[in-house]
Amino acid sequence: MDATSGGGAYGPIPRKEDARFIRGQGTFVDDICLPGMLYGAVLRSPLAHARIVSVDAAAAAAHPKVMAVLTGEDLAERALAWMPTLSGDVQAVLATDKVRFQGQEVAFVVATDRYAARDALELIAVDYEPLPPLIDARTALDPGAPLVRDDLPGQNGNKVFDWAAGDREATDAAFSAADVVVSCDMVYPRSHPAPLETCGIVADMNPVSGKLTLWVTSQAPHAHRTLYAMVTGVPEHKIRIVSPDLGGGFGAKVPLYPGYLCAIVGSMVTGRPVKWMEDRSENLMSTAFARDYHMHGEIAATADGKILGLRARVLADHGAFNATAQPTRFPAGFFHIFTGSYDVPAAFCEVTGVFTNKAPGGVAYSCSFRVTEAVYLVERLTDMLARQLAIDPAELRMRNLLKPEQFPYTCATGWQYDSGDYPRALRLALDIAGYAELRREQAQRRARGEYMGIGLSFFTEGVGAGPRSQMDILGLAMADGADLRVHPTGKAVLGISVQTQGQGHETTFAQIVAHELGLSPDDVEVVHGDTDRTPFGLGTYGSRSTPVSGAAAVVAARKVRERARLVAAAMLEVAADDLEWLDGKWRVRGDPDQARGIAEIAMAAHSTLDLPDGVEAHLDASAVYTPPNLTYPFGAYICVTDVDPGTGEVKVRRFIAVDDCGVRINPMIVEGQVHRGIADGIGIALMQAIVFDESGNCLGGSFMDYLLPTSMECPSPELGATVTPSPHHPIGAKGIGESATVGSPAAVVNSVVDALAPFGVVHADMPLTPAAVWRAIQGRPIRPDLALS
Amino acid sequence: MKLTLTVNGTEYARTIEPRLLLIHFLRDELGLTGSHWGCDTSNCGACVVWLDETPVKSCTVLAAMTDGRRVTTVEGLARNGVLDPVQEGFSACHGLQCGFCTPGMMMTARWLLDRNPNPTAAEVREAISGQICRCTGYENIVRSVLWAAGNDGNDGNEGNDGNDGSDDDGRD
Repeated sequence: MDATSGGGAYGPIPRKEDARFIRGQGTFVDDICLPGMLYGAVLRSPLAHARIVSVDAAAAAAHPKVMAVLTGEDLAERALAWMPTLSGDVQAVLATDKVRFQGQEVAFVVATDRYAARDALELIAVDYEPLPPLIDARTALDPGAPLVRDDLPGQNGNKVFDWAAGDREATDAAFSAADVVVSCDMVYPRSHPAPLETCGIVADMNPVSGKLTLWVTSQAPHAHRTLYAMVTGVPEHKIRIVSPDLGGGFGAKVPLYPGYLCAIVGSMVTGRPVKWMEDRSENLMSTAFARDYHMHGEIAATADGKILGLRARVLADHGAFNATAQPTRFPAGFFHIFTGSYDVPAAFCEVTGVFTNKAPGGVAYSCSFRVTEAVYLVERLTDMLARQLAIDPAELRMRNLLKPEQFPYTCATGWQYDSGDYPRALRLALDIAGYAELRREQAQRRARGEYMGIGLSFFTEGVGAGPRSQMDILGLAMADGADLRVHPTGKAVLGISVQTQGQGHETTFAQIVAHELGLSPDDVEVVHGDTDRTPFGLGTYGSRSTPVSGAAAVVAARKVRERARLVAAAMLEVAADDLEWLDGKWRVRGDPDQARGIAEIAMAAHSTLDLPDGVEAHLDASAVYTPPNLTYPFGAYICVTDVDPGTGEVKVRRFIAVDDCGVRINPMIVEGQVHRGIADGIGIALMQAIVFDESGNCLGGSFMDYLLPTSMECPSPELGATVTPSPHHPIGAKGIGESATVGSPAAVVNSVVDALAPFGVVHADMPLTPAAVWRAIQGRPIRPDLALS
Repeated sequence: MKLTLTVNGTEYARTIEPRLLLIHFLRDELGLTGSHWGCDTSNCGACVVWLDETPVKSCTVLAAMTDGRRVTTVEGLARNGVLDPVQEGFSACHGLQCGFCTPGMMMTARWLLDRNPNPTAAEVREAISGQICRCTGYENIVRSVLWAAGNDGNDGNEGNDGNDGSDDDGRD
């Protein structure tokens, strides 16, 4: 289709943002260099749990290149030693009383160059009195367990919360009536999103204007502006956040981090801009981790494989501060979507969060607010049920998948799925895989003593937070604005509140507007990441950009279009009702050659053309979109692995992914998102884990130890698509950014466990490293969260 | 200490600390911010540049080690404003998302294609296996490099076979 004719701007067009990146001309935070800029560095705790006896920074302050040293006491004088987290807890900016995890921030040095700042850290003497650390979450609630949060009034133990969803009695009854019950303990290990760009900031407090400008790695610049105003006391209109090009985020750049605030105070103290960029170890050891769920799951079914009920009991390790980023009312995120894609009559889950002496965080890493953990639980249990009943896992899923006519569907824990055709997606995945042939090959190989696995997973996510009545973050409802200006020559500038970390917003959002207005995407410039130039909104995470901000852009564009109709009517001297929007222009009904496009109309709207009373000049419009519901993308994944039982090595031979994210605006970008998530799933399932020893030393503090998948471990994905539009989204789109990260780990693990079935292995916890696989074969599985076994 | 080297065909002389890493020299001293720092431990390859003819991870090379030598960075890939086919390929095949690993990936890709003009997908995967991308799952990077292989030698690629001696910047 002609992209300029209207209704034709969607499609796999190359990205606008590529031009600067392929030339090495992106602007990341560490590329910002301001006149007189200083460099900050953070001194971190070497111990997981210790009382601070003293901090002596005199020698550091005397270093000739050091301009300022901040300690917890210095921040306490400004009431900034603690800051609020996104979950209503507080987190130490610089420790004053105790350190509560290895890598916690203790002091901050500002110096004239980044090497001198690091030198000066070594001149700071901290006297620690070691305390017994709480590392094993399973002992957090034991009597006598070390108390992590003695700073909190009335906090007598290490419990953060108890939370439940679903109907306990109905679920118990379903289990009582079942022919078969399968249960399993499984760990979703702590992991880290590890965007290739670490977190950082350039803070510039202008002492004359009182304006605080922050170039910062932020996925949510507007929400952060509000938080910085609340924390620092700088009036919000005097704060400008610029989130420039981000080198990935995946959730890691949603929270506020102590280093950001230290740099701000550093700029206030010195009167000069201060840059702070964490190094990779700081990133892995102190910024938002993900997962860390210890789950006990149970599934109840009839003898012919009809699922009757699901139960889950979860111990959630939240680290030293409850700093999860998620809607307030859901302390376990959206984990209670754990009935997955199946028609499950009864379900009940309980989640208990606990403090430990580990880094804070919780919801990060493309998890759709913990749908990842939920999908993993139900998809592992479904596979175990299939094994128990000797029913093929594809067949068992097909018997239980929701049927198209059941939508909109309200699941047992209250989620209202908007649309879906699940059997179609699964059938397509099975077709692409050649499933029956794969099973024949597997049987032949097994007969030869070769261990090939075929793993399925089917996922449903709820993304695009969220409905005003149910969701907020620190009291801020999760709505997003769009601001569309149409210049006299018909070129448009769209300001949005969400922030790309590589998802291609500059292209996709231009396509959205162009599609609505009959323009070329080249005629639409997308502005984002600068709070002085864009409308308020809660930012990009939880796959919410297209579901929320994309909808706002559509609504704004349709307001422009309606205004243009009135102007076109004046131009053509007809009644507005006599016009219809067709092929990208307002046309006179019955005489379609009498037409005006947006460019002509825009010039007329800015001209002296006589407009009817009540019609504003110009075409600019804005919108704020509050989603009526989440969107529910889904997909069917199949992973084929080959396992060497001698070494425990797993090779991913094939990965088939059929995704349905509703209407695809730019299918090339959508597929790129799926490719990324598959790599995530392979990494999480096979190698990525942030592990601790019994002293609380983080054993995943560099890329030498925290292993990420390379081009050698990632297969060439085989993708398929179905399109089931969202009925409530203005263009029928659903989120896609996290789908594959959510759905793929279960497929990989199911595949490996399937390969190991001849050894009697029914479950093994991620990450399925060669050692873990080998130990599972020996019947001595490794506990993946601690280096204790 | 004094350092003299050639970066992207331009000679620079600077006084530096002996401990200064090449990545910081390029970024902070010369303002060539296209090469990125990502891990400190030679694992991620966001900092890959060429030292003479060889890709190196500039986070673990001292700037002092480049004295008298030639360094080529992503800023030197295009010639006279004409993109290298590798650059075109990354855009054509959606070989980048956030763009952070892209410069390093492209430098390795150009090195590969100069030595192996028609690599297989497996050879491309091996060539970039010392570098990490968190966005693409590598598939579209492989396609990008293969695209570039198919378009090498077209207009815009003059000098990539580099035996004319006219542009001594380390890319021959």
